[in-house]
Amino acid sequence: MLRARGATVRYPEATADALADLDLEIGAGEFLAVAGPNGCGKTSLVRALLGLVPLTRGTVELEGRAIAGWRREDLAQVVGLLPQREEMAFSWRVEEVVGFGRYARLGALSPMSPADHAAVDRALERSDVASLRKRRVDTLSGGEWQRVRIARALAQEARLLVLDEPTAALDLGHEMELFELVQGLVGEGLAALVITHHLNVAARYAGRILLLDGGRVAASGSAGEVLRPELLSSVFRWPVSVITLDGAPQIIPRAPGATRRDYS
Amino acid sequence: MRAIVGLGLFGLAACFLGLAVGAVPIPPGAVLDALFSSDAPAAGIVRNLRVPRVLLAFVVGGGLGVAGTALQALVRNPLADPYLLGISGGAGLAAVVAIAFGLDGAWSTPLAAFAGGLGGVALVYRLSAVAGRPLDPRVLVLAGVVVSAFAGALITAVLTLSPAEKLRNSFLWLLGGFSASSWQALGVFSAYAAIPILSLGRAARSLDLLSLGEEPAEALGLSVRKARRVVYLSASLLTAASVAVCGIVGFVGLIAPHALRTLLGPAHRRLLPAVFLASGGFLVAADALARTVVRPIELPVGVVTSLIGVPLFALLLRRSLK
Repeated sequence: MLRARGATVRYPEATADALADLDLEIGAGEFLAVAGPNGCGKTSLVRALLGLVPLTRGTVELEGRAIAGWRREDLAQVVGLLPQREEMAFSWRVEEVVGFGRYARLGALSPMSPADHAAVDRALERSDVASLRKRRVDTLSGGEWQRVRIARALAQEARLLVLDEPTAALDLGHEMELFELVQGLVGEGLAALVITHHLNVAARYAGRILLLDGGRVAASGSAGEVLRPELLSSVFRWPVSVITLDGAPQIIPRAPGATRRDYS
Repeated sequence: MRAIVGLGLFGLAACFLGLAVGAVPIPPGAVLDALFSSDAPAAGIVRNLRVPRVLLAFVVGGGLGVAGTALQALVRNPLADPYLLGISGGAGLAAVVAIAFGLDGAWSTPLAAFAGGLGGVALVYRLSAVAGRPLDPRVLVLAGVVVSAFAGALITAVLTLSPAEKLRNSFLWLLGGFSASSWQALGVFSAYAAIPILSLGRAARSLDLLSLGEEPAEALGLSVRKARRVVYLSASLLTAASVAVCGIVGFVGLIAPHALRTLLGPAHRRLLPAVFLASGGFLVAADALARTVVRPIELPVGVVTSLIGVPLFALLLRRSLK
């Protein structure tokens, strides 16, 4: 569905590439997590994949067409993006926010059709926020708000969800619920690309993890292939150990200067 | 729909009040007679003076309301007013200069104000482009503040140097009013204002998305840059023309959008028509008050809108923050 080959981004007046030689592919029913230290190029990666920043070299193709050739309203019917930060200036209702997912399919003056309303209802249902539809968004909890935003992307009938640190502001329980929701959607055939700092959750849910460091891919593959203690310690510049729990590798940060042998 | 009907009735009531009151009060029955028969005793005053004045105030008020609503979505701040973008500063300066140089005719001051308003907008745009981020709402607001402050200093300088007989005219103009209304002015303004008002109405859905911020709006399929250009240009042209017609009348573009957003929700397809009716009615009523409070002297309508506007606004602010 989405494929990047040698994608490179260098901002004007920058001395280094923000993203260098990225190869990436994601198809229907795949769950890809992207991780890496702060400033590793995660945001540039999202912007490059969605054509929000021009590529210096390389290609990004969505469904076989170069991303730069997509019109915004066509792109919005294939890809649903949840930017990391989104603050509401006005007090919208949940159903209105989810209805924005239909924007790209509506004429300037035409009202929402029954099909549009049905898509909004389905999206509210699938994201488990149907009971909140009349609520004002400024009364929602962080977890509810993220589910509403996912519902909006579902109302776009997007086939690829791109979530930029969706659980950064969520507590542990709500984070797990959100990942469960995304995993369920992936099970129904959606592709999901989730940017996250939370490697342990990524290891549990994502089919593949892409680890970025300094704009380059440091490792890519299954959780077992990427979450190796030497690699992570060097990328994050902090000693870590990796254990296996419930069948997934899990990372434990160590005391400064600790070595593997201290672990028991 | 109920809201639109209600606000329509409010607008009509305000207009009827505007026809009846003034230096010479006319009883309601005589107003109706004058409207329906050209031989009625009050027909001259009502038809030649008050009808164009009331209608002009209504369209100008409605336009300011629509421009304010659109700018609030553009800069993502419900407290933005249509003069935010340097229009009032530029228009005021140009008008004061024109009056100081003896260009205080029926058309020369408005034309100077219009040109000055657009000049102020252009300067704000230019400043935000220097920062490398043309039409970035945050930079626009800052540039607007800077340009307004600069124009304010120059206005004070020009006023200080103006001869005494020009001072009164300048002050009256700066505070706004509809005493120079005519059928001609109504025709010119309405024909002109129709285009930006309709293009903002057409952009109602884009305004919804603009209010979400750049990234979410792009992701939902809006070409943000294009949409911002349309809104910025339409709102600027509309506000500059209003300032040319009646001077700087504060709070009209702020109160109705703010009150109706809490009442009807922020969706612009519903909000814009409601705001047009409410702001139009508000300005007509304010103008009616301006003509009667200290009759036969006429207060500048900007004084009335501010006197009503500030306490009303404080009340709304208090309620919306609860």
